[in-house]
Amino acid sequence: MKSDLNRNNVTYYQLEKIRQDFPILKKLIHGKPLCYLDNAATTQKPQAVIDALVEYYSSMNANIHRAVHHLSEASTKAFEDSRKKVKNFINAASEKEIIFTRGTTESINLVANTFGRNKLKEGDEIIISGMEHHSNIVPWQFLRDEKNIKLKVIPLNDKGEIIFEEFEKMITGKTKLVSIVYVSNSLGTINPVERIIETAHRNNIPVLVDAAQAIQHLKIDVQKLDCDFLAFSGHKIYGPTGIGILYGKQNILESLPPFLGGGDMISKVTFEETTYNELPYKFEAGTSNIADAIGLGVALDYVSGIGIDAIAAHEAELLKYATERLMEIPGLKIIGQAENKSSVISFVFDNIHPHDVGTFLDFEGVAIRTGHHCTQPVMLRYNIPATSRASFALYNSREEIDILFNGLKKIIEVFS
Amino acid sequence: MDNELRELYQQVILDHNKSPRNFRKPEHANHSAEGYNPLCGDRIDIYLELENGIVKDIGFQGSGCAISKASASLMSSIIKGKTKKEAEILFNKFHDLITGKLGDEPDIEELGKLAVFAGVREFPARVKCASLAWHTMVSALNEDKKNISTEDASN
Repeated sequence: MKSDLNRNNVTYYQLEKIRQDFPILKKLIHGKPLCYLDNAATTQKPQAVIDALVEYYSSMNANIHRAVHHLSEASTKAFEDSRKKVKNFINAASEKEIIFTRGTTESINLVANTFGRNKLKEGDEIIISGMEHHSNIVPWQFLRDEKNIKLKVIPLNDKGEIIFEEFEKMITGKTKLVSIVYVSNSLGTINPVERIIETAHRNNIPVLVDAAQAIQHLKIDVQKLDCDFLAFSGHKIYGPTGIGILYGKQNILESLPPFLGGGDMISKVTFEETTYNELPYKFEAGTSNIADAIGLGVALDYVSGIGIDAIAAHEAELLKYATERLMEIPGLKIIGQAENKSSVISFVFDNIHPHDVGTFLDFEGVAIRTGHHCTQPVMLRYNIPATSRASFALYNSREEIDILFNGLKKIIEVFS
Repeated sequence: MDNELRELYQQVILDHNKSPRNFRKPEHANHSAEGYNPLCGDRIDIYLELENGIVKDIGFQGSGCAISKASASLMSSIIKGKTKKEAEILFNKFHDLITGKLGDEPDIEELGKLAVFAGVREFPARVKCASLAWHTMVSALNEDKKNISTEDASN
């Protein structure tokens, strides 16, 4: 990244104004101002998103793609406008490539159930990495057990990076898919997905990118990345829960069977046979989560309004400052020290368990995540039962990192 | 420190966390069970030497938070010398204490040292930390070699 650009962005980053947009940040927890550092679990919502949900149910609620009445037309338009916003946000080639799901987990399961079940046969191989979230492990294990395929795992080095040479060695003529996390939720590692995709494509292997922890931090251009599938969740990028996206290249999506059967995904149904609707509706059976899809569009507008590059620069600054401060604390060890890292810090103490850290910090108003972060294989790899994790978002401040720091110092006193 | 927090992390608990009693595998153990809390990744192994229905020796190993470690440590001190039946009755009382079933002013005398865990009732997310060792102990008593998970039990 260019440092001049960063400096400019940080200078003009209107943090106080941004914080005003998030009503929950005014809340007191145990009498202290909320210091929300659990953003990798879910992000808080700006007023604009909250208002959009209220507005939808107050003045627009109707089912989409169905009726000819005014409300249905209005809600259909708002829903499809939101799809357009998603398309623009990740620079997809067409709206047909944007499928609304419940979240990253459903998106990956969709690919496993359509692409996986349709294109893979016994003996084929799927490559994932050692830092996957359970949602990018378990669907492939289902498939493995059903089709008798092989699941290969790229090992991690001690810093929390994938060992690229091992990945290259793993590829065989039977490898049919690489499914890889862009940014690790427990280590913060940013994986070299461009290189991974390039390497896979040289071997004619499609790639699914789990962007659940990347979409809110990094500029993503699916055409430039050239990924075949990309999955993310709305709630991690300041949107509502229960809504997510699967991006897929049109030609691949066209070639796949539907996922769920029901209304909206059909074009003609008789008791003898059914013809399926065109993309993207083929993959959107049943009434969609209309309100939250619209909310997601508003969240993306909000992020674009600030600018993803400005957000990335602000978060990089927070990560740097937090890493420096945390390293001052005796006995604290940071898990995940990749060269290329997102604004996530996992840490452990020799003699203080993450759960105790979490409870003590809560009384300082600080919300962090403690546990295995749905990445039990990562915990096993580094031989730890759990970590404490602080993760930063566009509204966090240096002062909040100081609050975290002071809280941790207090805990050490109690446990010494 | 906040009062509620002080109530949870009493000095006795901090002491037992720092220097847990019976943190070992007894030489003549003839019963054991493994406890696991998948939510936090905590693991505990409980070893018992049972003779004629009496806990002659008890020890534990594993990793966990201060609450779970102190709970295992205090439990091991209290259970030693008790009959199987007595141990089970204590478990039920302890469970009622930490889940708030004994009310706001629990009968401390009956529970002895275990009363230091009364503060747990204000922290529903931590009930499993305090009860893991006990569930595992009961499983070991009953020669149930199955692994114990906090997710299979009603806390």
